[in-house]
Amino acid sequence: MPTSELTLVEAINDCLHHELGRDRNVLVMGEDVGRAGGVFRATAGLRETFGEDRCVDTPLAEAGILGTAVGLCMAGWRPVCEMQYDAFSYPCLDQLINHVGRYRWRSGGTMEFPITVRMPYGGGVRAPELHDDSPEAYYLHTPGVKVAIPATPADAKGLLAAAIRDPDPVVVFEPKLHYRTMRGAVPDGEHVVALGRARIAREGSDVTVVAYGAMVPVAEQAAAALGAEASVEVLDLRTLKPLDEDALLASVAKTGRAVVVQEAPRTCGYAAEIAAVLAEKAILDLHGPVLRVTGYDVPYPYWKLEDAYMPSVARVVDAVRKLLAF
Amino acid sequence: MIGDGAATPDSNVDGLSDADLVELYRQLVLLRTYDERSLVYHRQGRIGTYAIFWNHEAMQVGAVAALDDDDWIFPSYRESAIGLLRGMPAHTVLSWWRGHPSGWWNPADYNVASICVPIGTHVPHAAGLAWGKKLRGEPACAIAFFGDGATSEGSFHEGANFAGVLKAPLVLFCNNNQWAISTPLEAQTAAETLADKAVGYGMPGVRVDGGDVLAVHEATREAVARARAGEGPTFIEAVTYRVAPHATADDPSVYIDQERVEAERRRECVGRFEGYLQRRGLLPDELRDSIREGAAQTMRDAIARAEAEPDPDPALLFTPALAAPPRSFDHDLAELRRVLADK
Repeated sequence: MPTSELTLVEAINDCLHHELGRDRNVLVMGEDVGRAGGVFRATAGLRETFGEDRCVDTPLAEAGILGTAVGLCMAGWRPVCEMQYDAFSYPCLDQLINHVGRYRWRSGGTMEFPITVRMPYGGGVRAPELHDDSPEAYYLHTPGVKVAIPATPADAKGLLAAAIRDPDPVVVFEPKLHYRTMRGAVPDGEHVVALGRARIAREGSDVTVVAYGAMVPVAEQAAAALGAEASVEVLDLRTLKPLDEDALLASVAKTGRAVVVQEAPRTCGYAAEIAAVLAEKAILDLHGPVLRVTGYDVPYPYWKLEDAYMPSVARVVDAVRKLLAF
Repeated sequence: MIGDGAATPDSNVDGLSDADLVELYRQLVLLRTYDERSLVYHRQGRIGTYAIFWNHEAMQVGAVAALDDDDWIFPSYRESAIGLLRGMPAHTVLSWWRGHPSGWWNPADYNVASICVPIGTHVPHAAGLAWGKKLRGEPACAIAFFGDGATSEGSFHEGANFAGVLKAPLVLFCNNNQWAISTPLEAQTAAETLADKAVGYGMPGVRVDGGDVLAVHEATREAVARARAGEGPTFIEAVTYRVAPHATADDPSVYIDQERVEAERRRECVGRFEGYLQRRGLLPDELRDSIREGAAQTMRDAIARAEAEPDPDPALLFTPALAAPPRSFDHDLAELRRVLADK
């Protein structure tokens, strides 16, 4: 398949062009997505190509964006809503929790809400407060909503395409740290990565490091840093909900050890869910406890402190060593 | 405003034939009967907590009569039975209040959205539907019903603002019954009228007597005409008074002036229209009685049908939630069935 070398944000832009061209019911909406092409340029060119009705600059109101998207679905549209930043998305949780995740159920399964919410997430970009959060747990805890987080440009395109085509609401978090710092081969044209399928980013036999989004490169670097000291398998979950439980259990059955890495604060984060699944279903495969490397239970800090907050290669290496020594 | 029933001029009503007027009455009686029977059913333990809409019928009937069937209705819980005006069976709504999945409906079957329980959060849905229809070049518009309290919610503001900016063909219908549970209007807003809020959204705001079905109809018809002409949304403040508790779980005696309630009850909206029709000679006693009996029979049949529904299968926990469900649902249901069978 022909590919192009694209940055992560270019892959997203490529996906949106392809999906809007493929299905005339798809429209993009959000703050500054039209005239400006998005503050990260993820939607650049869409307004010129598909018109201002299909790449809509909305008023500055996140609950209004997601709430009107619910109504657009009732009129047969498949809205792709951009939340400008992770932490700016919180007002939309009102609509997400009260309606987006529930409306299909309360219609007895008769009405579809094929909404995609996409947003840049995560820290490490030296930004002001509230431009750095990893809010996936709030979304994951909402029934009726699926969640995907790509780690590579190819997956950024393929998972977003799958989300747009999915009959259910899907939230896609995009690692903004890697919007322009990561470049990779992205299939040209049609490229869909099915939801619910994890990816082995690196094969290994001693320990599985489970990660997603911006933590996948951290896990990979930790694996490389450990060298011959440990054979590390890196499992990139790609879709957090539904979880690819088979891939998780198969990897841990092979390695017998698991370290879960998440950028978000620790308590009730997704790493806890992974640990719980392993406790329920892999207890006899485990040679030691499931360890977590996470952000701390503190507000995401101002950026002179963010390197201390972020799960680092050194912290992942340390966790792997502890587990091997258990 | 046409004013109170006694002052309504006994002349032809613009756009409504005599038969239309009698049909409005039939609809008013249907909703009134639904509401009064529901209160009884609640006290008999046959439905759950119920939000009473006694004296709100004229707003619902008058507004819906100004719509086409292709137009979408977004009800709050105060308009729970508004689907009856679109042919929805009464047992469906009773089942909803019984907490039974047979109270589900497909909104597209009636162009009636699901009942919105949280306050005002359906206003953006109505704006989105109206905008989406407009983008498709379809003539349908939408109407969102909400109360005075909802105008304090962010969702109301965001929905109204989106509708204004996008020139969405939307009618924002505010049922100002002057109470949000125990909070009176003056504790809800410092605005002189709720209709004043429309100015901030760049849309007309009109006030109408919510107890006058014909006045409501006329105001809504004008708003719908504006919407269809591409002129965007209209805010209608229908002024009425909540003469019943907020819901069956509420005791207003601790916060409301009962004398005012009694005075308002004497001006209730169904009786006003009934008096008008009688003065016009359009509602002979036999016709009135047969309409009332028809509504009563509808409710007798409906509660019997709702109560005859078997208990829902536990699979209904899962099957409606997602179009493409995860495998964990199958596992969870199998485990649930196993435990239920062991019991």
